Amino acid sequence: MTDLTPVRPQKPWQSSPKERVISALILLAGVLTSYVIVALTPMGGKLAYAFVFFVAFTLYEFIFNFLTRGMALAKDSIARAVVASGIALAVAPIISILGTVFMRGYKGIHLSLFTKDMRLNSVSDPVDQGGLLHALTGTGILVLVALIISVPLGILTAVYMTEIKGRFVKPIKFLVQAMSGVPSIVAGLFILSAVVYPITKAYSGFVGALALSILMIPTIARTSEEVLLLIPNDLREAGVALGGTQWRTVAMVVVPAAKSGLVTAMILGIARIAGETAPILLLTGGGDAVNGNAFSGPMGSLPFYIWKAYAVGTPESVTRAWAGILVLLMIVLVLFISARILSERRTSK
Amino acid sequence: MSQVVISPSSSEVPTKRQLTTKPRLSDRVFAGIVTSGALSSLVILGLIFFFLTFQGFSVLRSQGLRFITGSNWQVVQDSAGNIDPKATEFGIAAMLVGTILSALIAIIVALPISVLSALFLNFYAPPFVKKIMVAVVDLMAAFPSILFGLWGFFILMPSAEYWAKLLHHFLGFIPLFQVEPPIYTRSPFIAGLVLAIMVIPIITSISREVFGQTPPDRIQAAYALGATRWSMIRAVVLPYGRSGVIGGAMLGLGRAMGETVAVYTVLNVVYQINWHVLLGAGGNVASMILLKFGEAGPEEIKALMAAGLILFLLTLVVNSLADFIVRQSGGKGR
Repeated sequence: MTDLTPVRPQKPWQSSPKERVISALILLAGVLTSYVIVALTPMGGKLAYAFVFFVAFTLYEFIFNFLTRGMALAKDSIARAVVASGIALAVAPIISILGTVFMRGYKGIHLSLFTKDMRLNSVSDPVDQGGLLHALTGTGILVLVALIISVPLGILTAVYMTEIKGRFVKPIKFLVQAMSGVPSIVAGLFILSAVVYPITKAYSGFVGALALSILMIPTIARTSEEVLLLIPNDLREAGVALGGTQWRTVAMVVVPAAKSGLVTAMILGIARIAGETAPILLLTGGGDAVNGNAFSGPMGSLPFYIWKAYAVGTPESVTRAWAGILVLLMIVLVLFISARILSERRTSK
Repeated sequence: MSQVVISPSSSEVPTKRQLTTKPRLSDRVFAGIVTSGALSSLVILGLIFFFLTFQGFSVLRSQGLRFITGSNWQVVQDSAGNIDPKATEFGIAAMLVGTILSALIAIIVALPISVLSALFLNFYAPPFVKKIMVAVVDLMAAFPSILFGLWGFFILMPSAEYWAKLLHHFLGFIPLFQVEPPIYTRSPFIAGLVLAIMVIPIITSISREVFGQTPPDRIQAAYALGATRWSMIRAVVLPYGRSGVIGGAMLGLGRAMGETVAVYTVLNVVYQINWHVLLGAGGNVASMILLKFGEAGPEEIKALMAAGLILFLLTLVVNSLADFIVRQSGGKGR
């Protein structure tokens, strides 16, 4: 009788325990070398350690692979190390940024930050006085007004490109792309020249929101277009086959099906403009008191508050700036994560 | 199964509807509204061009080509407070040079890092690492520019100054790296580094998408012929994605040229053409507009509008070119 003991499935591509020990040893040797070399030479600092470690590690890997497996794989190991260093360099700043903002920002965070404005305080006052209620309400109003303007235009653009598919699809795609590259300061100058000087002659939240809409429309349009493209054509055909006109099919079938995606588009649009500074500096006037009227009076906002506090440059005001940045970053983080969760849910359905 | 009973209630026969493919009124109205909404981007871009030209035209006409080639920015008033059109000069050459210089530095630094990151994400990272890293890089793209500005000013600048000194020490014989007088703060080099960090997410995500479109059969074929991962990348992925990566880099260039706040904090606005990247003098058009806007009189505002127009056209050209190149790369090889 033949032997019927089951053969355990093997994964020959996985590294064996021996190989793992060797790679750990190479890593260790790299770390040791970096310590020795940094100690022996006048080089110093974290960067020197990282650099020497990288060179030493790559060299050891190369030698080891060359001796055991030959030139081609030795080259491959160098490429792997270089590629990994690329992603490390890309991610290092973001870690530094997040770390700095939290470390420096939390000192300026206190409860009255969310209940008081700055009408009685200057940014150089002790950090626990005053707050940024005016900035939060101002940013909220700016975002709201910008949403009211850009959501219809952005979604109509997306609907045109996915549903109507007229002869302007290509030029409009190009124009939306071009619009997303408009520098924010140019958007500010444009509103200044087209609205503020000829018509309103005064700074207000509304004109700031107009400039923000210019930056927001392309984000919403492009994200919405991607979302609408994901809606299966069967749904559209089913809608038309049931006797719906195109308008009813889009309004009752396609858009509801893409609802969460369109919300994601709005959230990404808000994240795009919430921290936009340059047009705000040109247009809103930046008041220190809570102003609920978008159409008159200077409107404070988070970026303006941060900018003002940074420009004054005293220790208290800089702490305020970091606290403001921390709040702004939290808002962006929450928006970004909620957009992720929404789109995850959509794709998993 | 129930039978459908058709009961003619009366003798009247419904008139036959005409079969037609002509859209109904509601659909035509719908198409009209959507089309006009979609044309908003055209209208807005057109209006930007029109109004900036309208406001800046008088300055552009009186300054002529000097507006782009000159580097003086001075408003001369006579005793009555009227502006003297002969002596008043507006030239943005130094700012244009600064804009291009800092954006180029940004791309030179960011491009290799971004391409390597994209390669890592597509071909090296395990799935869960890839998922996290993609989210992190996308998050970085959503950071407001003022955050980069403050971080660049308080955290990066002290280190970058030290790096600049190292560069000057070892490569100072190259004219580009000369620093005279020795001012290392707020130089185009530092501004370029901050801009590089800002455009890395943009170039990375475009490169990642382009590399992700590499036909899998070619990748498998390369492996089947005995390629290592690196030789597969060199033989298949990089040639396939090259033009897409170039387009992505140009998109980053456009973004870097239009950046205002982050550059304002880390770059000195000095009215002289400065090609020495480590020297603390330069400026870019966008940050100059922000700087001058505060105390500008009516004539100067017009000059700023004209500068904005130049910046608008510059970024428009770069972006359009980038868009064209990226679009071209998509359909290749299929």
